[in-house]
Amino acid sequence: MKELSLYFRKNLVIYSISRIWTLFKKDLLLEVRQQYAFYGIILYVGATVFVLFMALETPESRVWNGLFWIIQLFISINAVAKSFLQEGRGRMLYYYSIASPQEFILSKLLFNSLLMLVMSLISFILFAIFLGYPVVRSGQFIGIVFLGSWCLSLVFSVLAAIAAKAQQNAAIMAILGFPILIPQLLVLMKISGTMFSMSVAVPLANVLLLVISCVLVILLAIILFPFLWKD
Amino acid sequence: MNKSWWKIISVLLLVYTIIAGFGLLWKNDVPRLPALQETIRNLYFHVCMWFGMMILFTASVFHAIKYLQNNNLRSDISSRAFAGVGILFGLLGYATGAIWLSYTWVDPNQPAYESFGAIAKDPKLIGAAIALLIYFAYLVLRGSIQDIDKRARIGAVYNIFAFAFLFPAIWIIPRLLPSLHPGGEGSEGNPALNYKDMAPKMRFVFYPAIIGWTLLGVWIVSIKVRLELYKERIILTQWIKK
Repeated sequence: MKELSLYFRKNLVIYSISRIWTLFKKDLLLEVRQQYAFYGIILYVGATVFVLFMALETPESRVWNGLFWIIQLFISINAVAKSFLQEGRGRMLYYYSIASPQEFILSKLLFNSLLMLVMSLISFILFAIFLGYPVVRSGQFIGIVFLGSWCLSLVFSVLAAIAAKAQQNAAIMAILGFPILIPQLLVLMKISGTMFSMSVAVPLANVLLLVISCVLVILLAIILFPFLWKD
Repeated sequence: MNKSWWKIISVLLLVYTIIAGFGLLWKNDVPRLPALQETIRNLYFHVCMWFGMMILFTASVFHAIKYLQNNNLRSDISSRAFAGVGILFGLLGYATGAIWLSYTWVDPNQPAYESFGAIAKDPKLIGAAIALLIYFAYLVLRGSIQDIDKRARIGAVYNIFAFAFLFPAIWIIPRLLPSLHPGGEGSEGNPALNYKDMAPKMRFVFYPAIIGWTLLGVWIVSIKVRLELYKERIILTQWIKK
């Protein structure tokens, strides 16, 4: 009997993962089919970096670092904002009938993380091409870029879910998001600031702080999203 | 909460704070440290404001959780009122801090606006500003939603989410950065709670002062909640009549 219940519970987890995967694939498929959004963000990144190139050419490493994270912030607002806004009322009702809120939000978090990882890599390459390359520890810097953009995408996903309910979308997302993200950005800039020379040690405690805050966001999203979901 | 004894205690403690805090009760009650001198008396006001703010924000998030559990609008009104008075305490904390820093941090040989740039970058000030911005955003979010139940639910969700980020903003980040303010990089530990840092006589005023100010905050909240409930009652009875 016990084995039977365990078997069912295991299978439930598998079903749940398969539903998350299906929702994730749906988002990916939409992104591939309606490429205007993806290319729109790439154009946004390209245009911004080009304007910076026109204005600054090769900035010193502190400026480079600051600009890089600010650009990441704006990219992630633009990339993530539409993830909930594109879902109409009818479609949400449909998801409601086929999946649990936890599965839905996890699939969104997964998709937005992937989107932001791609975007941050593209913007990093464009920065390196246009604005010079002051980074000394490339591997670690790319790691921090991935970690940072992952954090940004998670926070903005939750805020996009809140903003979608408030029906004021983009403007309210910036208002809600910036105060919450300032601490994370400060930590990120502090960590990535050490990547421009070999002599300064990387503050591992701060990296740990970021990872903890990311996990915290995921947990809060799982706990709080069911309340946002039902109307 | 409708009892009056705690309001009387609040008033008595605050009268005591002001009398004893300004040194009218004892002679030589505060140590005259270099740079601080008599300005240390601001401890009874400035630090208590931040204590009060943190306690009120905690109460706000407590009521937000309660709202999500029971869907009672009363909890939502309490949550909103606690957040509002918490913001007020934060602003007063800034005001008292500004008085303090004008005697201790500001370079007297320079015009005030030139030292402002250096002072405004202090991590403690930034952390507190983030905390207030988060709660201003909470008010904006609530203002943008018309439906009462929806406003309450989404407000509660954001309140809980924001509170989780209040901790890094106030308690963790400022500790990691060098600061003029006590409790920055190098001087670890909480400057207000570490009782070894404080002269023994000052503790007799400081702890009652915290309780007094916090009770005053709760008192303001209780009045705001009653007023709000009265307003809502008017709306609700109109609704029923229709």
